[in-house]
Amino acid sequence: MTAATDAACAPDADVHEQYDDATQQREAATLGMWVFLSTEILFFGVLFASYTILRILYPQGFAAASRHTDMLLGTIETAVLLTSSSLIALAVRAVRLDQNRVAAWLLAATATLGLSFLVMHGFEYYKEYTEHLIPAIDFMQPGPHSHAIELFFCLYYCITGFHSLHVAIGVVVISALAVRVCRGAYGAHRYTYPELTALYWHLVDIVWVFVYPLLYLVDRSG
Amino acid sequence: MSTIEGSFWSHDYGLRAWLTTRDHKRIAILYALGITFYFFLGGAAATLIRLNLVEPTGALLSAENYNKAFTFHGVVMVWFFLIPSIPTTLGNFLLPLMIGARDVAFPRLNLASWYLYMLGGLFAVAALLAGGVDTGWTFYTPFSTMFSNTNVYLVVIGVFVTGFSSILTGVNFIVTIHTLRMPRLTWFRLPLFVWCMYAVSLVMVLATPVLAMTLALIALERLAHLGIFDPALGGDPLLFQHLFWFYSHPAVYIMILPAMGVVSEIIPCFVRRRIFGYRFMVYSILAITVIGFMVWGHHMFVAGQSMYASLLFSILSFVVAVPSAIKVFNWTATLRKGDISFEAPMLYALGFIGLFMLGGLTGLMLAAPALDIPLTDTYFVVAHFHYVMVGGSVMAYLGGIHYWWPKITGKLYSEGWARAAAILMFFGFNLTFFPQYILGYEGMPRRYHAYLPHFQVLNVLSSAGASILALAYLLPVAYLLWSLRAGRAAGNNPWQARGLEWQTTSPPPQENFLSAPTVGEAYAYDEAAP
Repeated sequence: MTAATDAACAPDADVHEQYDDATQQREAATLGMWVFLSTEILFFGVLFASYTILRILYPQGFAAASRHTDMLLGTIETAVLLTSSSLIALAVRAVRLDQNRVAAWLLAATATLGLSFLVMHGFEYYKEYTEHLIPAIDFMQPGPHSHAIELFFCLYYCITGFHSLHVAIGVVVISALAVRVCRGAYGAHRYTYPELTALYWHLVDIVWVFVYPLLYLVDRSG
Repeated sequence: MSTIEGSFWSHDYGLRAWLTTRDHKRIAILYALGITFYFFLGGAAATLIRLNLVEPTGALLSAENYNKAFTFHGVVMVWFFLIPSIPTTLGNFLLPLMIGARDVAFPRLNLASWYLYMLGGLFAVAALLAGGVDTGWTFYTPFSTMFSNTNVYLVVIGVFVTGFSSILTGVNFIVTIHTLRMPRLTWFRLPLFVWCMYAVSLVMVLATPVLAMTLALIALERLAHLGIFDPALGGDPLLFQHLFWFYSHPAVYIMILPAMGVVSEIIPCFVRRRIFGYRFMVYSILAITVIGFMVWGHHMFVAGQSMYASLLFSILSFVVAVPSAIKVFNWTATLRKGDISFEAPMLYALGFIGLFMLGGLTGLMLAAPALDIPLTDTYFVVAHFHYVMVGGSVMAYLGGIHYWWPKITGKLYSEGWARAAAILMFFGFNLTFFPQYILGYEGMPRRYHAYLPHFQVLNVLSSAGASILALAYLLPVAYLLWSLRAGRAAGNNPWQARGLEWQTTSPPPQENFLSAPTVGEAYAYDEAAP
């Protein structure tokens, strides 16, 4: 759909007073979301930078530590998040085709997958608790790399914790969106908000695409 | 009060209307109130510091309370005054007017930013009331995470929350400038103030999240002994410094770029000339923004970073001075053969150029490791950044307040008093901080509550200057408030200035422009007024 037809058929009542037309409003909202996402990247960037530096300082300790993570659960979580991202992309398409019922189901499925990601992470945390791997609460690992393993798990909890917080926010926002889509609040002429929500969810997904290999895979076989 | 009728001031009276407003002009006023409050709060801490340093024994404050005083001064002045000062007050008020827009792109987000700013400030004040913090504004680890027994959490939370206010303001401004410019108002017709707001927004959006996460790690490390910055666990305290300065050096440009924008508006107006080298001014703003992200390591020459890193950071710090110097040359070139008049805003702007230049040149000295190593943590550094932050940013902020006061309030202040305050401020400032260059050069370390007796003369001079400076800061509060009651009506364009903001009424109506303004080249002082 071109910008011109977009503006021509958008209802004027939805345009806030600071904008000339719906196209301008849509462009502003989209740019705003992208700028906000760049902020998010730098937010996580601190953790990735810390990880890189500590990994360079303690390569063997970090390799030993990553063997304590649960690769099977981590892999399933990755698959779940990637699937949810494709579902929300389909949901946005359905909204633009005025298929509200389909879109609402797709969004509900996205939120459910997000929730199951959190539940699986909970299981992982519990398993690590039983294996004395949680710094500050119950950490006990014998061997020469004890400190490095503790540092690895400090980072592990910071990274997965802040990421899970983003997932949780996404689940809430997407669930609320599913209800509104079901009630017909969005459609072929009004899809900016669903699209921006999807952008946010893709960012959460992409962050995980980097987290998963760094924490679960690198040097594991070494 | 006749000029107020029909303006944004009288649109809807009442506290509730103000606290729920989405009008960028009212939000600017709300910010101005908060920022003025924090300026004087931070100033009170500075007063304690200077009073204490009159005597070599530092009899007024104990060592511990002195630490808390300079920490509070630094935290409040950096995060609750300097960083938000120009962008959130003048920027909020003027940005939509300068681009002919009705408001910023996200007015509700704009109001939310103000609430975040005030909430963050409350945490800082709560920390003060609960007994203060002694880490210094830089929160260096492991002191801040393991040893300090003061209210580090409260301050860290306050700065974290205020950081999000910065980020959201940045997002708002970037989108506003991209999407809400009037037709025909192309990028290279924008006033340099708008360019500076754009650049500063980029820095806010890209640097502040790094600070936010770093502060979150500090809080978590205090809470749960995470160990990322803790050498006992094999963590790296230097990593904290890298992350902190990755934000805090660009933050210096958050403070100075808006000041450069203000000065670039004032000077052409009182010289009646186009700004010299407009495009080079734009390119140098962008160059400062980009290179400013790559110089943070010059804060860490003595912290144990690699010699090669220091070498690179030193070279880049010299490089970032080039675009700043271009700006200084272009301002002075604008003055040449101009029809200069010395109204109060112009006095502030000229003061800015001189003081910023002195601050900038001593910054070059500190960018050279050979000089920086003996000068680290001496008063030379204190004098250097106060010349840039106070001599530069605060002078420009006040210059901007005076320049746009008639636009914001519709009233003229007393020109005589305003000039007197500007001149007093310039001399008070130099008397306060120039002796500190000499003290630092002679080896007096910063952040001590007592000092060797032979430093006393210069310290007394500095404290005397500070009392003059305090008076000079209080004067504008008095005559500006007085102008609200008794000032003459300003008219729409008392300075015969050329920006779009001067084409609407003073004060502007709620919808900013009753008829569309005429767009032309920026700074068209050699053409007839539209």
